[in-house]
Amino acid sequence: MRGEHHMGGPEMAPQTPQRSARPGTPVTLLDPPALSASRETRDAPRLRDSFTDSDRRGRLSFGWALETAAAWLLGGLWILPLAYAFWTAFHPREYSTRFAPTAPLTLQNFVSAWDAAPFARYFLNSFLLVTITLAAQLVLCTLAAYAFARFSFRGRDVVFVLVLMQLMVMPDVLIVENYRTMSRLGILDTVVAIGLPYMASAFGIFLLRQTFKTVPRELDEAARVEGAGFLTMLWKLYVPLAKPVYVAYALVSVSYHWNNFLWPLIVTNSVGSRPVTVGLQVFSSGDQGVDWSIITAATLLTSGPLLVAFLLFQRQFVQSFMRAGIR
Amino acid sequence: MRLPVGIRAQVYGWLLLLPALVLLVTFTHYPTVTTLYHSLMSTPKGARPAVWVGADNYHAMAADPVFWQSLRNSAFYALGTIPISIALALLMAVLVNGKLPGRGFVRLAYFTPTILPMIAVANIWLFFYTPGYGLLDQVLGVFGIGSHNWLGSRASALPCLMAVAVWKDAGFFMIFYLAALQGIAPALGEAAAIEGAGRWYVFRRVTFPLLMPTTLFVLVNAIISSFRLVDHIVVMTRGGPDNTSSLLLYYIYDVGFKFWDTSYAAALTMVLLAILATAAIVQFAFLERRIHYQ
Repeated sequence: MRGEHHMGGPEMAPQTPQRSARPGTPVTLLDPPALSASRETRDAPRLRDSFTDSDRRGRLSFGWALETAAAWLLGGLWILPLAYAFWTAFHPREYSTRFAPTAPLTLQNFVSAWDAAPFARYFLNSFLLVTITLAAQLVLCTLAAYAFARFSFRGRDVVFVLVLMQLMVMPDVLIVENYRTMSRLGILDTVVAIGLPYMASAFGIFLLRQTFKTVPRELDEAARVEGAGFLTMLWKLYVPLAKPVYVAYALVSVSYHWNNFLWPLIVTNSVGSRPVTVGLQVFSSGDQGVDWSIITAATLLTSGPLLVAFLLFQRQFVQSFMRAGIR
Repeated sequence: MRLPVGIRAQVYGWLLLLPALVLLVTFTHYPTVTTLYHSLMSTPKGARPAVWVGADNYHAMAADPVFWQSLRNSAFYALGTIPISIALALLMAVLVNGKLPGRGFVRLAYFTPTILPMIAVANIWLFFYTPGYGLLDQVLGVFGIGSHNWLGSRASALPCLMAVAVWKDAGFFMIFYLAALQGIAPALGEAAAIEGAGRWYVFRRVTFPLLMPTTLFVLVNAIISSFRLVDHIVVMTRGGPDNTSSLLLYYIYDVGFKFWDTSYAAALTMVLLAILATAAIVQFAFLERRIHYQ
């Protein structure tokens, strides 16, 4: 969030899922849902709404109108830069800064941008990047989280602290040394090199470990009595129960790596490996002149897939992240 | 022959951990150590290999005005953006937590900047700030204020970048507050209302203290992200004019990948790591009391 702020927010932040298990403490974007949802948490929104209703009927109706106005004003202000970008991208150049209601709509800016740079290749690279990175993260983090959650081995706690260190010392700040490593591995300017430092994600390990720990021991023991091996149990018991957490983590990871810029900028050097973010920067800082309409169209193009996915799965985002009554 | 259970747990535990651990060590712990090592060496040039120079890079850093300026800028940037985005996030969360016509749309408006790539956001705002015909100058022009070179003047470049960061982060932090608000038992507010307490009073004395863990959590993340994200600087100002908008990580990028002075970049990275370590210690000191990793 961030993290993988993220949802991107570029760095989507680590969260402490177990806090959400109790009402009265923060439920976050990324806590393990379902497993620990308490009745009270789920009932909270309904109760509060009735509280607000009585407020509204009573002495606070003026205050309520004021709040509504403030919320809308801030919302309008917040959407303004984006609305401006949409206006510029969908209108001919001569209207890019002139807001005439009669201005004709056009897709020409998108066509020009698409033709002016190898965006198709950039999109392919970004798609490969987020897919490879996510696949590796899911496998590595699942195995490590299972080890931390269910095996007692010597040095476990020390290693866990070492893992958590990555939450503070992220690959994003170790650019100089990681570049050196990639150069020594001979994989500079490849898609794999962009994703490699992020594949063992402390955030993912932490998140899954917390979830795996909520799986009742009885289930675990019952499976063992039936003769299931530890990998069978992981696959048949733990992974299915953690499905909502996987979905949430995947959304965060994909948006983080789709949006990531500085490290890919450093480590890539050619069309064959650049993701869309770096491609956009090369395109817009090149000698396009300053045709803002085309640059803005390219900008929307690069954010497009994520924006559309977010708008489509908003409900899913919200349900798995906040588990409260948002629509 | 089967191994005893205790031994098996040892072996399987380490085997499961191994793949992640190898990558983690290679790209987090090993580079952290080599950063320290290289910061004590000279940068190899041509046929001249790197030699031990002790604290020379640090002495150079202490005498480097651009380093101090970047550090000051980073501090100013963090102190400016973090409180504003947290306050706005809290305000947004409170506003969209209750009943509101068009609540879904307002939430969407607050949150959307979060999912856009910073690089795209920076391009949009670059246009926004364009002298003369960017939206900002157009709006100000209506009020008779003349055009201004927002990103090109020493006084306004950094604040303009900070506005972008606030715009992008506030909606993200809002989500955490919103979730926390919905976890607070409404009975608390009802009880206070029956006692005749006003909403502001309830917020100040009941809600805000209950949100404290969230605030601390958001604060730590805001600090980290303010030192970690410099994409918008690459797009909008490249640290200029006269380094007035250069942040520490941007300066590291400049030194490491434009001047290729990797040893000096390593020394600068040590400063950044020290700052992040301090943030980590603060987090453990304040947050650990509430959280127990079981």
